Amino acid sequence: MTAPLETTGKTAEAPPEVTLQGASKKAIEGRSLGQIAWMRLKRDKVALVGGAVVVFLILVAVFAPLIVKLLAHPPNEFHYDQVNEATSLPIHKPGGISGDFWFGVEPVNGRDLFSRTVYGAQVSLLIAFLATLLSVVIGTVMGVIAGYFGGWVDAVISRLMDIFLAFPLLLFALALVGAMPDEVAGLRGYWLRVAIIVFVIGFFNWPYIGRIVRGQTLSLREREFVDAARSLGGRSPYILAKELLPNLAAPILVYSTLLIPTNILFEAALSFLGVGVPAPTATWGGMLSDATHWYKVDPWFMFPPGLAIFITVLAFNLFGDGLRDAIDPRGR
Amino acid sequence: MRVTAIAAGVALAISLSACGGSSGDGDSDGGGENSTPEFNAGVNKVYNPSDTKGGTLKMANDADFDSLDPGDTYYGYSWNFIRNYTRSLVTFKSAPGEKSNELVPDLAESLGEASPDAKTWTYKLREGIKYEDGTPVKSEDVKYAVARSLDKDILVNGPTYFNDFLDLKGYAGPYKDKDPTMKNFKAIETPDDRTIIFHLIKPFSGFDYLAMLPATAPVPAAKDTGTKYKEHVLSTGPYMFASNELEKRFTLTRNKYYDPKTDPDTGRKALPDEITVDLNVNQEDIDQRLQAGDLDVAISGLGVLAETRATILQDPDQKKFSDTADQARLWFTSFDNSVKPFDNIHCRKAVMYATDHEGYLRAYGGSSGGKIATNLMPPLIPGYKKIDLYEFESKPNGDIDKAKDELKQCGQPDGFTTNISYRAERAAEKATAETLQQSLDKVGIKTELKAYPQDDYGKIYAGNVAFSTKNQLGLRVYGWGADWNDGFGFLSQIVDSRVIRPAGNTNFNVKDPEIDALLDKALSTLDTKEREGLWADIDQKVMEGAYYLPGVDAKQLLYRPERLTNVFITNAYNMYDYTTLGVQK
Repeated sequence: MTAPLETTGKTAEAPPEVTLQGASKKAIEGRSLGQIAWMRLKRDKVALVGGAVVVFLILVAVFAPLIVKLLAHPPNEFHYDQVNEATSLPIHKPGGISGDFWFGVEPVNGRDLFSRTVYGAQVSLLIAFLATLLSVVIGTVMGVIAGYFGGWVDAVISRLMDIFLAFPLLLFALALVGAMPDEVAGLRGYWLRVAIIVFVIGFFNWPYIGRIVRGQTLSLREREFVDAARSLGGRSPYILAKELLPNLAAPILVYSTLLIPTNILFEAALSFLGVGVPAPTATWGGMLSDATHWYKVDPWFMFPPGLAIFITVLAFNLFGDGLRDAIDPRGR
Repeated sequence: MRVTAIAAGVALAISLSACGGSSGDGDSDGGGENSTPEFNAGVNKVYNPSDTKGGTLKMANDADFDSLDPGDTYYGYSWNFIRNYTRSLVTFKSAPGEKSNELVPDLAESLGEASPDAKTWTYKLREGIKYEDGTPVKSEDVKYAVARSLDKDILVNGPTYFNDFLDLKGYAGPYKDKDPTMKNFKAIETPDDRTIIFHLIKPFSGFDYLAMLPATAPVPAAKDTGTKYKEHVLSTGPYMFASNELEKRFTLTRNKYYDPKTDPDTGRKALPDEITVDLNVNQEDIDQRLQAGDLDVAISGLGVLAETRATILQDPDQKKFSDTADQARLWFTSFDNSVKPFDNIHCRKAVMYATDHEGYLRAYGGSSGGKIATNLMPPLIPGYKKIDLYEFESKPNGDIDKAKDELKQCGQPDGFTTNISYRAERAAEKATAETLQQSLDKVGIKTELKAYPQDDYGKIYAGNVAFSTKNQLGLRVYGWGADWNDGFGFLSQIVDSRVIRPAGNTNFNVKDPEIDALLDKALSTLDTKEREGLWADIDQKVMEGAYYLPGVDAKQLLYRPERLTNVFITNAYNMYDYTTLGVQK
């Protein structure tokens, strides 16, 4: 749908350039799709805040070791002095919060919740991004092929998508993680689990993006610029890569930003159910799962991981919505 | 009994992590009575003594019984509770504290009479004992009851002690050998209606403990319905089934044919007119109803949840309604000697020294969850001797220097890598694995944590020899409770190399011919003191061989609602005695 904008934009550019020679060149210069989108996005304050939070979270995840080193304690270090020996509860109220432990401490072993929340961002975002990337790659390839070639190819791929969509993903993930051997393709422990989770989430979520890409491709391949390329002798690979893909970039980008929060929640759910990344690695879902044992006597334990998930998902959703509105205002 | 370990497994992940009580030890030697609610008022003495009959005793269970059938049950709380509707030949005395470890005759007139070689045991039934329908109990009903319990294809849950010790000569139980006279079952003789003689295949000095098993409670052959017998067990005890909705609830009412005169030794009180038991109730619910007074007893005897424990201990008004119960249970970590480098004793010793024992205790709730264990046998077991070869007590946070020294002797001066497995559902075991990881890291032993589902922990994972070796599970977090409070009841299933099978192990890998020989010697030793000494010798050998890393001698916190009378903790079951409880209306 966005394709005509660009082509018509280019043809419309020529006449004004000639007539308005005296005026500032910049003002008349045609604006690319990206520029228009950025202009719209800039006006959407909610989306900007979401975007800023997203950037902040990514920075936190990337610099987690540094942040924790400067401001807090190692995430797996025990602090028995912060916990009542007989009740296993944090000594300082509420939740063990003190000048030293900003988010409080975990019951039983007194691990620093600030460090664990910060490190949790690493796992959550890493898995969410990788899984999204996997879905996007598979979904785009399959969607474009189905949409462009049509016929039996389309029929096969579409049915495949239906099958994948009908898959009980959570149950499958639970079973797969349980049944996995200790070592697969040279991966062990932490990285093996990350790989499995990325695979499960990414591999089974591609039909969502695949369907959107297929729909877009179906409408795009009938457009004049595709016909033109074809009549000039362009082969299918060329048309797919040079004519169709650039025009699919926008919906893919938008959909990715909306898929990321879903994947964050899915990772949290897996960790919550105990099949996420193995202990003692800090994950938000895993922390929440531990916190449920303590909610009556130490409800504060739920807040750091709970709020972290909430804020992250909300920020990605707001930013994604804003991005969609900016790129495709008719989609509102 | 072993039971609770497994039972709880099925039941609730958290409830075992909750097994802990508060610090007070109550060392006084029992006997006293009192009626003022105070912390540990039910430990070693009777709280709120009363002989007032009447009312309904309300109990609830966070899971279901393995079975209500006396020939098919292995849960500790079930053995405690079943005495309300069945009577076995012998039973534990209903008395507070240590006195409860005494075996007293129940259906029998006296404890068993042994032949000098401890291979033949004779019991004589009391006169005048009747079933709930008024028919008299005969010795062949006991014989039949034991015979049916042998068939583990039909009655799958119970222990296999009779299969192991009786001289069966191939007899497989009345469901397979359908001869009604049981003439092929020569291991038990019933020369007359009151005499019953057991013939064993090997000496067993502690056979009275087997006569205590619920499987010796009489079952008339004509009334046996196999797996359905649990729907209505024919009562010989003070109560009988009024209704029984399997998996939901059941109600017991008085059995009018139970005559207290035939029951002078056990200490049963039979105070309430009715006992109701709700099954499969959420443990959180149970805790709340106990605290609110809507419920009298949590029947599992595993204590309140960890978080409920925290609230109770913080609040003096609630703390006075709670008791800590020591348990004959050890939380430990077992080495897999087939996983390198644990085939070398020095590497095992390095772990013994490097462990932060206080951290281990913290994982189970600190001083409310138990005490640092220094050896394998729990202190509750008669004959217990403290063995502290590795100075756990004087160095509760581990001895890094000695650990490094052992590592050198093991040929791994810079440490090594291995795996720690634990049961995923159990918060305390996860915390244990994490604290082990932290403390071992200090001497260069790097570990990866492996969580496995508890239902299959023994069958498929840690207790499966091939899996454990293949996946290099060097350290396996686990726990063990005594089948009964006796060295054999605790040790046999975890140190005897001959119980090791391909899967479903509880002895994860102790193979020591000396230990096996000591076990055999103890079984044929009739003198109690001498036998108890042998259990301590076995314990010593296990510790010298560094086969297990002992963690915590467990405790739990039980809640005792105000209206309960005659409450005390029996050491035999490590929970309240369920045959003496009464209620105020």
